[in-house]
Amino acid sequence: MTTTNPGASRPGSDLLWPAEPAAPVRRRPPRRSPLAAVAAMPRRGLVGVLIAVILVVEIYPLFWLLTSSFKTEDDFETQPLWSMPQHFDWHNYVSAWQTAALGQTALNSLIVTLVSMAIILIVGSAAAFALEVMVWRGRRSVLLFVIGGLMVPTQLILLPLYTIYYHAGLTNSLFPLIITYVGQGLPLTVFLMATYFRSVPLELFEASALDGAGIFRCFFSVGLPLVRNGIYTMAMLLFFSIWNDLLVALTFNTQPSLATVQVGLLNFDGQYGQVSYGPLLAAICIIIFAMLIVYALVNQRVMKGLTAGSIKG
Amino acid sequence: MRHILGNRRAVLAFLAPALIIYIGVIVVPAVWSLVYSFFQGAPAAGFSYVGFANFKHLWTDPTVRSSLEFTLKYAIVLIICQIVFGYLLALFYLFVLKRSSTFIRTLVFFPVVLPPVAIALLFNKLFAISPTVGPVDSVLHLFGVGPVDWFATGSGAFVVIIVMDLWRSAGFYAVLLYAGLLDIPAEVLESARIDGASGWRLVQHIVVPLSKPIVVASVIFAINADLKVFDSIYALNNGGPGVATTPLNLYMFETSFLYNDYGYGAAIAMLITVVCLLGTVLVFRSSRREVAGAH
Repeated sequence: MTTTNPGASRPGSDLLWPAEPAAPVRRRPPRRSPLAAVAAMPRRGLVGVLIAVILVVEIYPLFWLLTSSFKTEDDFETQPLWSMPQHFDWHNYVSAWQTAALGQTALNSLIVTLVSMAIILIVGSAAAFALEVMVWRGRRSVLLFVIGGLMVPTQLILLPLYTIYYHAGLTNSLFPLIITYVGQGLPLTVFLMATYFRSVPLELFEASALDGAGIFRCFFSVGLPLVRNGIYTMAMLLFFSIWNDLLVALTFNTQPSLATVQVGLLNFDGQYGQVSYGPLLAAICIIIFAMLIVYALVNQRVMKGLTAGSIKG
Repeated sequence: MRHILGNRRAVLAFLAPALIIYIGVIVVPAVWSLVYSFFQGAPAAGFSYVGFANFKHLWTDPTVRSSLEFTLKYAIVLIICQIVFGYLLALFYLFVLKRSSTFIRTLVFFPVVLPPVAIALLFNKLFAISPTVGPVDSVLHLFGVGPVDWFATGSGAFVVIIVMDLWRSAGFYAVLLYAGLLDIPAEVLESARIDGASGWRLVQHIVVPLSKPIVVASVIFAINADLKVFDSIYALNNGGPGVATTPLNLYMFETSFLYNDYGYGAAIAMLITVVCLLGTVLVFRSSRREVAGAH
């Protein structure tokens, strides 16, 4: 029972460590620590400074990116870095669009992301329904078996998958990406959707079955609408993780016409020795501000999804 | 009705697609990878059985040693920064900004949804000194600090990597921890305040002990995310100079696809898996012991 860890000073260990109140005991008046003195400083001023620091740290890099993306090579060499561009030069954007093949890569990324998402959500919630709502022996073990997939890092499965796709002749299409993302997304989706189904009273399904609904109606008309919050949360999680992924996209990328946005961005990297600033920054700018629009549309749901689990306790 | 919810053919219809994909894409390749680690070669060139040679090589390979060291150093430093900054931000949201924290919270979270590749390329330019001096060195210059060639030394590159990944992820841990802090019952905080605890004393004695479960969850999440780092470093400086900032993942990628040695690549992937598992188990165990000791 005795422990040598001072951090764990608990009953039994107070023989070794001087008794230190684990919870605050009534002590009056509270001693003035230096920290309390700082806190007593013009509080409003301190809070203002902290907010200003946060704003600068978060916004300045993006602001610099935006202004720099309009600069010409000349501006970079002759003007100080924080100066505004001499004139707004759209040339960088034209050249960025071409170098990163943004039209093509954005289309590829969009196809891969949306198709994978749709398959994961349908197949994953169906499996979660079978594992959580339907009654049969062995469902617990199967659920654990699927959740175990969360422990498998991507690196472990890449090489055999490459071999499989190579022999199946799939390497010249977007299929390898879609199949891999679906496999990777399933364990978390099944796990999350199962917890959502668990919170639905089983009587609801029994009642609708009694009213003559078949099992597919139970799933599509009763189950899915009740867990739609889970589906929204999972959809956003999947969207960002698949859209932003590089490792899988790079591994299975065999030709430029199949590249995703992230792979296309690497085209700027020193292909001709010197990297030209303007077009690269313009390409990053397009990608980041496109994400800003997506984020503005869904951020409330993202926050809700992240906080929901823990509020439920 | 039991017979409808227990219909075996329906169970099969609902479950089969997911199970088939899961087994085909995750389970079979994971086992297959273990088999690969006893071979040498690549699909195009053919394989030959080499027994435990790959694992012996793991043990003596200086690059494995340096990338393992880098991965652990990176993960430990970054996790500490993520949890500390995330926690401070969460406290700031909850106790200082209170209801008006939505905007700042949303803003700090934004980099979390951005592609790591785009952020890495941006940070590469922010910290650049040639052909033009980047913003970071321009600011340092104002303070009389000479131009620092961040990407020329391992330690310089390490600093950039940590700053970049912290900027990218702090908002996520802040929201996660903030959600955990919201769970602390208001009555507990209220009664502690009545008892005279305020400011840092309140945080130290009430808030921190009560938020231990969410901190442990965040650490486990961070371990699994940070030990698998790839995208950001690959795009930032490709693990340079030399292999000074090459994580295991990047080394595995290069071994497999640059040097076409799938067998050794698979052995490195095994090592990554073991490191991730050990990290998770370690934190889980130590947190359980602490919680058990508390009762």
